[in-house]
Amino acid sequence: MKLVTAVIQPHRLEDVKNALQGAGIRGLTVSEASGYGRQKGHTEVYRGAEYVVDLVPKLRLEVLVADEDAETVTDVIVRTASTGSIGDGKVWTVPVEDVVRVRTGEHGTDAV
Amino acid sequence: MVQADATSDIAAALSAGNTAWILTASALVLLMTPGLAFFYGGMVRGKTVLNMMMMSFISMGVVGVIWVLWGFPMAFGTDVGGFMGNPFDGFGLGNMMTTDGSAPLTNMAFVAFQATFAIITVALISGAIADRTKFGAWVAFTGIWITLVYFPVAHWVWAAEGWIYRLGAIDFAGGTVVHINAGIAGLALALVIGKRKGWGKDPMRPHNLPFVMLGAGLLWFGWFGFNAGSALAADNTASVVWVNTMAATCAAMLGWLITEKIRDGKATSLGAASGVVAGLVAITPACSSVSPVGAVVLGLVAGVVCALAVGLKWKLGFDDSLDVVGVHLVGGLTGTLLIGLLATSAAPAGVDGLFYGGGLRQLGIQAAAAFAVLGYSLVLTLIIGFAIRLTRGFRVPDEVESTGVDLAIHGETAYEALGTGRVAQEVKA
Repeated sequence: MKLVTAVIQPHRLEDVKNALQGAGIRGLTVSEASGYGRQKGHTEVYRGAEYVVDLVPKLRLEVLVADEDAETVTDVIVRTASTGSIGDGKVWTVPVEDVVRVRTGEHGTDAV
Repeated sequence: MVQADATSDIAAALSAGNTAWILTASALVLLMTPGLAFFYGGMVRGKTVLNMMMMSFISMGVVGVIWVLWGFPMAFGTDVGGFMGNPFDGFGLGNMMTTDGSAPLTNMAFVAFQATFAIITVALISGAIADRTKFGAWVAFTGIWITLVYFPVAHWVWAAEGWIYRLGAIDFAGGTVVHINAGIAGLALALVIGKRKGWGKDPMRPHNLPFVMLGAGLLWFGWFGFNAGSALAADNTASVVWVNTMAATCAAMLGWLITEKIRDGKATSLGAASGVVAGLVAITPACSSVSPVGAVVLGLVAGVVCALAVGLKWKLGFDDSLDVVGVHLVGGLTGTLLIGLLATSAAPAGVDGLFYGGGLRQLGIQAAAAFAVLGYSLVLTLIIGFAIRLTRGFRVPDEVESTGVDLAIHGETAYEALGTGRVAQEVKA
């Protein structure tokens, strides 16, 4: 099993979610995140005082899938989250030792 | 402010209309203080919003009680040398519970209306000392300051025997008494208490701009009571004042936003809210003495001047956290002085300023009134501020300031750390 994690622009969520559902991926966890990469931050001005806001709001997506689906998920997210501009985010995949479905106690791929 | 015993241009005998309007206006002005709590509360960081709002709310508690005990007689009671009223003559308002049938409105309506001015004036000061003030010290300050500074100044400017009133200065609804007074007191306290930790380095941007806009809306709404109610009658003066109050405020919002657009490249919501308040402050003394077009000019000037003035603290190095100086002191001075230029005898106050052929006389009187109030308030507030600082301390310990005064002082936090429901179990029913 794999855990695919993606950090994306918040306004891309709907498209990514729909595309993942279209690709038959049944589960998705979304959390609000903030951070910076090469994009760095932006400037905000309050009553003339400038603030550099270096932590930019993002969404973190987490998808648990069977090994063979990991590449599909990655491809779908990369394709649908992309706007072509700096700050579009990243997608990475890590192996997962075990997964348990809380309701049934199933283990492994059955629990995904 | 017209005297309570002045004859209105409509009613000569005790008027239900006047009384109804002034009781309503009093409620409008009282709403400004919670409105101010939102305006200020949105501008501080999330860890101090409750304390910021409480500094306004507690002003209603402390000043409201003092007002009925010795506040009203000290401001409007039996004159003592043109300086203040006698607080012991009419202590507790026992003498105000009946009204002569020939008065233009009931005595208690006037007492109610003036109470709300005293309350918000103290609350305005709190914006200068956000995030770092001991609550108990603030409570003590409100009671001492209202007694030693506000009541005498209100007497000078608004009581028939007051020396500034007799000078012929025009301050219809409180440019000197409320805004210059609170603005310079804010500067004094910001100097006494000192800068916040990390000021100028750490980000201290407003945590909730919708609160700020909500507060600005409530202030604007209440301000119609503040200004139009100051006619102390439901009459033509009140109606002219109402329109002037709207016109200047609209123009000031535009003035502030244009300034921002040119200087910073963007028109901001905080700028719109701030422009509204700057316009309201500036028209306050002038609303009975200028024409509607004069009000637009006055508002535009105030919007631009205040938008530039809020940058002063960064250059001069004082932490007037929420720009009480830039908005209330500078806005109050702008409105009070512009009366000397823009007043027209066609308006209810019946005085011509420089631009209407009245010469420099009124401008001189306005300046004398403005700087007399400014000087008195500055000196007295510094004395009160240092006295509190030296006796019980005015400032919270550094670690409290870092974690946020809400939790340390009030035992509450405005927002949960995680937006997922409870952060702790209920331990006591």
